Amino acid sequence: MADIIEKIESAVKENKVMIFMKGDRSFPQCGFSAATVAIFEQLGVPFATADVLSDPELRDAIKRYSNWPTIPQVYIDGKFVGGCDIIREMHETGELEPMVKAVLAATAHQ
Amino acid sequence: MDPKEIETMIARGIPDAQVEVRDYTGGGDHFEAIVVSPSFEGKGLIERHQLVYQALGDAMRVQVHALTLKTLTPAQYQNRR
Repeated sequence: MADIIEKIESAVKENKVMIFMKGDRSFPQCGFSAATVAIFEQLGVPFATADVLSDPELRDAIKRYSNWPTIPQVYIDGKFVGGCDIIREMHETGELEPMVKAVLAATAHQ
Repeated sequence: MDPKEIETMIARGIPDAQVEVRDYTGGGDHFEAIVVSPSFEGKGLIERHQLVYQALGDAMRVQVHALTLKTLTPAQYQNRR
């Protein structure tokens, strides 16, 4: 249990944009995961993914980690930002891109 | 699950909410909900969605495969019209 939490923490710390999803970026296994990945592909920013379907322990742990019952889950700069609906809404309102780019720019200058 | 059951559960958890739930595949496990409530005022999207998920409790983990959520304050709802 502690191990999996450490794994989650290091994944969200090491990857400025980290997506826990069903399937992977080339073969998403759920429409909501696919839609989320498509938004970040469109922004053209680097991101990492973890497949919860291939790791039942992760699937369970990530829901408890964020107190969020659904997949996908997006973490930006180590913070839980939301699932598919929130990401979609932030993308539509134009909030998402500047937020992601600011985080990536800050990292590049370190 | 019937969309009406979901509406009832959300309305019970957020008593001042106007709730509309649609089953968009007809399979009883993919839903779309619009929830309008003054209690969303001043809250971010994560907190708003958490309130809805809390209202649904275990049903969210067991019976509902997918729930697309729109959470709006009454003012935001007016602006959408």
